[in-house]
Amino acid sequence: MALPKYTETHYRIWHYFYLLICTCVFIFLIAPLFVIFPLSFNAEEFLVFSDGMKRLDPDAFSLRWYHDMIYGTKNPWGLAAKNSFIIAIFATLGSVLLGTVAALGLSSRHMPYKALIMAILISPMIVPLIISGVAIFFFIAKVGLAGTHLGIILSHIILGTPFVVITVTATLSGFDHSVTRAASSLGSDPVNTFMKITLPLILPGVISGGLFAFVTSFDEVVVVLFLAGLENTTIPIQMWTGLREQLSPTILAVATCLIVLSVLILVTAELLRRRSERLRGINR
Amino acid sequence: MSSETQKILTTDGIPLEESLKKAEKKNKIKAFLLVAPLLLYLLITYIFPIGDMFLRSIDDKMVTKMLPKTFKAMEQWDGKDLPSEEVFEAFYLDYRILVKEKTFGKLATQLNYEKNGFKSILKKLARKQKKFEEGNYKEQIMKVHKRWANVEYWRAIKRRAPNYTYAKYLKGVDMYEDENGKIVQVEESRRVHKKLWFRTLEIAFFVTVFCFLMAYPIAHLLATLPMKYSNLLMICVLLPFWTSLLVRTASWMILLQQQGIVNDFFVWIGLVADESRPEMMYNKTGTYVAMTQILLPFMVLPLYSVMKTISPSLMRAGKSLGGTPFVAFWKVYFPLTIPGIGAGCLLVFILAIGYYITPALVGGASGTLISNQIAYHMKSTLDWSFASAMGLMLLLGVLAIYWVYNKLVGIDNIKLG
Repeated sequence: MALPKYTETHYRIWHYFYLLICTCVFIFLIAPLFVIFPLSFNAEEFLVFSDGMKRLDPDAFSLRWYHDMIYGTKNPWGLAAKNSFIIAIFATLGSVLLGTVAALGLSSRHMPYKALIMAILISPMIVPLIISGVAIFFFIAKVGLAGTHLGIILSHIILGTPFVVITVTATLSGFDHSVTRAASSLGSDPVNTFMKITLPLILPGVISGGLFAFVTSFDEVVVVLFLAGLENTTIPIQMWTGLREQLSPTILAVATCLIVLSVLILVTAELLRRRSERLRGINR
Repeated sequence: MSSETQKILTTDGIPLEESLKKAEKKNKIKAFLLVAPLLLYLLITYIFPIGDMFLRSIDDKMVTKMLPKTFKAMEQWDGKDLPSEEVFEAFYLDYRILVKEKTFGKLATQLNYEKNGFKSILKKLARKQKKFEEGNYKEQIMKVHKRWANVEYWRAIKRRAPNYTYAKYLKGVDMYEDENGKIVQVEESRRVHKKLWFRTLEIAFFVTVFCFLMAYPIAHLLATLPMKYSNLLMICVLLPFWTSLLVRTASWMILLQQQGIVNDFFVWIGLVADESRPEMMYNKTGTYVAMTQILLPFMVLPLYSVMKTISPSLMRAGKSLGGTPFVAFWKVYFPLTIPGIGAGCLLVFILAIGYYITPALVGGASGTLISNQIAYHMKSTLDWSFASAMGLMLLLGVLAIYWVYNKLVGIDNIKLG
């Protein structure tokens, strides 16, 4: 973005002003995440930088909140983490299975009423979450699954499938159908063709859709707030209660762990996206 | 001409046209069968329950079922003077059953919504009716409390006769149907919902504007920088995007608190005095700041993906044809980014209008939105029919926005990251 030499002064000023604005926005976006990190190592109970921390005094830092998170007697984080992972993993599996199969059908050019069906399939993503929460709660309560893991998993499948449908249809849009025809002409049955040819090619899309579904379920509060009992508490629910009642540094320790998790997910998603673009022959 | 030429046949002897149609149909069914499981699942667990919400919001069978004889007897009553002896008798018979089943409390709650003062007189009647003698119920009931001789209360009961009501929708916009069946506003001090609707729209609108103003320059920078720098900067957009909503809200709670870093900074640069640190959380400011940061990636990504496709030579062409950089930007570049702007604004506005978690945590009393009210009725007052009614009104609003957007920009013009 270096400016050519002949640029006039007022454009030059404007350009630096523009860069300054961009810097401010980037700081606004990313800085809040970095506040949590040092504060979670605070030796004291307050959520402000102590004088010791400002002087980088080693005694002002400690791992006590991480210790409290894992071993704390009254802490529900262990149970919450277990529940969150169980629910998110099963919800992801369900979403990926239903979503991928549906995306295969949707990408076929023979599919009737494509626009209408697509609208229905992605509606859970479009309708405000609070409304979805109310509707899903009525259904889950009616079939008697309120307060069970199964009920929460079923509702998270609803919220997760649109992401899978969208990513997999996007992957399939660049898909060369002649390879599957070649496979069938060589005598492969449809299931074999799917497993050996189609799936490996669309796998990046499937996995990144699955990541979306996983994060959606792992981070979902509204529906779980309506549905969960005490024994199916999740990490977001615990954070929600903690933030409403009293902001304790233990929450920051949990938050730091969640940020690390999201960094891992981000890296995976980026690698998959690049791989998918390479496979589809999109070069930038 | 086709009648004379011989039809083309396949090797099986079937006309080709028919055979192709058959194959086409088979393919259609195959594609539909693949979509069917998810479609069925969503219809059962999601689409029908939204319909169920509608039925719940207009359902008013409870009172009707509790007083069947009364409403039957009331059919003859014109509602002008006090009802006749038959109505009183029917009411006595209905109410006796409710007292025996101990469900008269529910009736009292429902009728009290309609007119204040029902609770006490129904309780009194429940006690007194045990000693009632046969015959002349009108006099006996009226003796229990003078309000039973007031025709207003009998009109209030009659208003609950229909199986369905739109009262919850009226309540959602602070209106109600008065004794004469006219739709009027509730008194000024109790108009809470209308204020909430306007606040929801206001916050959603300004959050969208702020997001747009912040996202446009950085999306432009990301799209024009060389790949190796832009990839690095893209992380600044994507990391918040993938991070838990609650984590981001928590970090804003730390930053914005009175002893927090933002206030420290303001004091340090001398903007405010140490003693008069402004309250930036638990009010609208908190909601604005936190929601803007949380929704910003949803604006940046569609803008970026559109800007990425715009060739830089277009701007150069504009400039070489004599436009200043500003004119070239305004006449050439900006119009090309409109699909991205539309998609981003639509996405952010719709997400903002239904936001619940962040306003509930940092919004305090003056920064909460309509969704907080819906959640409150779902969890605290348990008035589910009212929560459904408000939810559907919100949904209708969202659908209306889609419709307008489709008319203006076209839904197909949306591009997502």
